[in-house]
Amino acid sequence: MGLFVMPSLGADMEVGKLVEWLVGPGSAVKRGDIVAVVETQKGAIEIEIFEPGTVVELLAEPDQVLPVGAPLARIRAPGEFDVKSSPAVGPPMAKLPVPDTLPQLLAQAAPSRPVPAPTAARAAGGPKPSSPAARQRAAEAGLDLTTVEGSGPGGAVLLSDVERCLAVTPSPAAPMRAATASKGKPGIDMVEMRKAIAAAMSRAKREIPHYYLSHEVDLQRASDWMGAQNAIRAPGARLLMGALFVKATAHALAKVPELNGRNENGIFTASERVNAGLAIAMRGGGLIAPAIMEADQSSLDQVMDAMRGLVVRTRAGRLRNAELTLGTITVSSMGESGVDALLGVIYPPQVALVGFGAPRVRPMIVDGTLVPHVAVTATLAADHRVSDGRRGALLLTEIERRLQEPETL
Amino acid sequence: MSPATLRAAFIEELTTVAPDIDPAMVGDDDNLQSDLGLDSMDFLNLITALHKRFALPIPEADYPQLATTALAVGYLSTAVRSGS
Repeated sequence: MGLFVMPSLGADMEVGKLVEWLVGPGSAVKRGDIVAVVETQKGAIEIEIFEPGTVVELLAEPDQVLPVGAPLARIRAPGEFDVKSSPAVGPPMAKLPVPDTLPQLLAQAAPSRPVPAPTAARAAGGPKPSSPAARQRAAEAGLDLTTVEGSGPGGAVLLSDVERCLAVTPSPAAPMRAATASKGKPGIDMVEMRKAIAAAMSRAKREIPHYYLSHEVDLQRASDWMGAQNAIRAPGARLLMGALFVKATAHALAKVPELNGRNENGIFTASERVNAGLAIAMRGGGLIAPAIMEADQSSLDQVMDAMRGLVVRTRAGRLRNAELTLGTITVSSMGESGVDALLGVIYPPQVALVGFGAPRVRPMIVDGTLVPHVAVTATLAADHRVSDGRRGALLLTEIERRLQEPETL
Repeated sequence: MSPATLRAAFIEELTTVAPDIDPAMVGDDDNLQSDLGLDSMDFLNLITALHKRFALPIPEADYPQLATTALAVGYLSTAVRSGS
């Protein structure tokens, strides 16, 4: 009999709030199934299960705030007997004596309201995705999200759906909106997100002796190639330079494996696969860096699709735990507008961050001639406990080389 | 299609791509990227959604003509009319 527990979704996470179950007692689960949604400082995260089996009993209820490691469900492994029918076996699986709410840890600006009785129906009805903004607004107004029809991707309930529903059925809590709306953008609690970033970045700067390298990379060929590709592609298949950066970085890491992996308890373990964390800026501040899994094994188009998916699901508050915990390096790209260079802070326990400034036309000397070329400044922030500048430089020059052959990415 | 219908459709696609944006707060002349905070992926997703909804090619060269809601409604209205 296995226990499914509240996972740690990063070094900075202490508690999570169970938002909903996507399975119920009797559900068969296999490795990789999404079984629950947990709200953290980084928004709502879909939780995958890694052991196959059958759900015997749910040990936690939606809206409970639970510490990392707290049991959430009992899972019977395939072939195992159902010990539920023989109560003498094993210690009683009582629910942990945890508080229902830890407002200081998972703050909602609005006071909590009684939430309609959860679960069986919701679990049986399957996933009902919703955006963080929609959830917050619904919670403020005491509205049961399951009663709201979603118009977002996959039927996701969006803020506008909640607003529409509230406009039809006015709630006594409506006047509260003015107070909460004025504190900033709707959605993820900014105070909590800032705390999470502060914890991770302070740890990085305290523990990791960073060194920094910078290199100007000619992007004219890559830019021309991508422009020609995009001209013959429908919008849904178009590429962004960020995907080329990720792919070039993933290729280049094969030459410098000591920059790809995790440094935990003073021991560095290189990763065979490149799970490239993609720094995604949140509107209103804050950022999340979910990983593009196995970017080294994926084609450029697959990486682009994965990036699209990550951005869409970050905005909708639907990331998965593996994406938040299994990154082996971070790629941070300024996008089309911004400044020339970005010097990053490593996301522990990773050991490197590759930064790309905003590409722009610069005076370049090519074969002795001054020409205007699109160029980008690529930077590396790396952990000096694990690598040295000479090896770091090899990564940036290899990224440069790969970007000169965009058709081979 | 009237400009008001096009605007409503545009705002609907915009807030699907960016669910944290309050439709009521979108000004016609707000720049989608610098004012509303869309990144290049959000913008591409919006273009993709408009492409599907209106069956328009929307080449990259036209992106500047969709930089604000007002510009986009003008662009869509011309393109939809000439396409039909």
